[in-house]
Amino acid sequence: MALLEVKDIKKNFGKTEVLKGISFSLNKGDVLAIIGSSGSGKTTLLRCLNFLELPDEGSITVDGTVLIDGADATTLSDEAIRQNRLHFGLVFQNFNLFPQYNVLENVTLAPTLLKKGTPDEIEQSARKLLDQVGLGDKLKNYPHQLSGGQQQRVAIARALALQPEVLCFDEPTSALDPELTGEVLRVIRSLKDRDTTMIVVTHEMEFARNVADTVIYMADGVIEEMGTPEQVFGNPQKEKTKAFLRGAQNIF
Amino acid sequence: MSFWEVTVFLFDGFLISLLIFAVTLLCGAPLGLPIAFCSMSRFKAVKAVSKVFVWIIRGVPLMLQIFIIYYVPGLLFDTPIFSQMDRFFFINYGVNDAGRIIAVLIAFTINYACYFSEIYRGGIESISKGQYEAGYVLGLTKQQIFRKIILKQVIQRIVPPMSNEIITLIKDTALANCIIVCEIIKQAKELAATKAMIWPLFYTGVFYLVFVGLLTIVLGKLEKKLSYFRS
Repeated sequence: MALLEVKDIKKNFGKTEVLKGISFSLNKGDVLAIIGSSGSGKTTLLRCLNFLELPDEGSITVDGTVLIDGADATTLSDEAIRQNRLHFGLVFQNFNLFPQYNVLENVTLAPTLLKKGTPDEIEQSARKLLDQVGLGDKLKNYPHQLSGGQQQRVAIARALALQPEVLCFDEPTSALDPELTGEVLRVIRSLKDRDTTMIVVTHEMEFARNVADTVIYMADGVIEEMGTPEQVFGNPQKEKTKAFLRGAQNIF
Repeated sequence: MSFWEVTVFLFDGFLISLLIFAVTLLCGAPLGLPIAFCSMSRFKAVKAVSKVFVWIIRGVPLMLQIFIIYYVPGLLFDTPIFSQMDRFFFINYGVNDAGRIIAVLIAFTINYACYFSEIYRGGIESISKGQYEAGYVLGLTKQQIFRKIILKQVIQRIVPPMSNEIITLIKDTALANCIIVCEIIKQAKELAATKAMIWPLFYTGVFYLVFVGLLTIVLGKLEKKLSYFRS
């Protein structure tokens, strides 16, 4: 059975329909890349998965547990929403590190507040995660002393510290200088080798092609095309997909 | 009167200025917080009441507010409430009956709480939505997010405008002399009237300058201490 089951998610902002019925499923350890132009609803979809927005309709099921079913969206308590969020992690485009905490504290803050272990255990696993993302030597630095790429890697470690079942990335390299995107993408790729289940919204077509198990192309709030990277990139069926990929690939 | 005697006489007044300063800061700063939260409330009625209140308090001269606080209760209840108060308080400080000082403290506290509330509101609203969202996706509660993530960033941002307001406050205490509270300027005027000495009036400036100098150093240190991070 799939780890994550998303069924017919719909979301409106006022009169604008942003998501018009999104369904997909994701197996444990798989990487899903979502591509599409700005305004196609990719980010809103991730925000619904992380309960930063509540979908108007549709359901989200993780590991057989229904987290939300459109009908009861408005009756969910703050506490239920908070619990639901713990199934997911989210890495933001702008990192959103906590500026007053150093690198290590950024990673240990949430596990400490949520009492996910003894202070020692939490610190040990935070150090391990930061080693993993290549920042073992920056533990005492503050976010403003780091490059964008380093900040994003801290943000990844921070999200991993709570061991979410699905880790989501919202254009993790879009705010970075071109020469810094590589280090972040390499970290994400290394997570795949550790069987982390991930959803990556990205404009990095090469990355999506090489790392994802499944690629979704979204346009105007619907999934236009879904398949393996070979299918979506190599043999797109829809005109919209073809046009998008032409635009993304043939810059010159 | 010798220079030393004048200094002591003026310092007596300056203690009253410092009292007004300290009480206004200690009561007004915390009181500003609930006013700030009301001004940001989701409930439109609460927000409207709070905004109108802040508008009135910031829109009317502090001197007029002191007059209103001191005289209006007496007019309403047909008895001079504040001037009765010194019977209940064992402070009797020359001409300073306790009632007059209490009226000044109330007016100052309300007035400064409103100014502080606007500084707090500006500070809180200036923190990016991303900080809250980062807390939410980590499964933190609203209280945890405010206390552990937002608060310190707000404090860092409000220290400079608060410093400004605090420096203004010590000088505003001179307004207390409008209802004959013997703060330092009133003391100096007393000397001008009874001893025909005008120079003590100008000399009062030195007291303010020394105190503001100290405040500047302390507040500057605080600002520096909080500058280890950039939000």
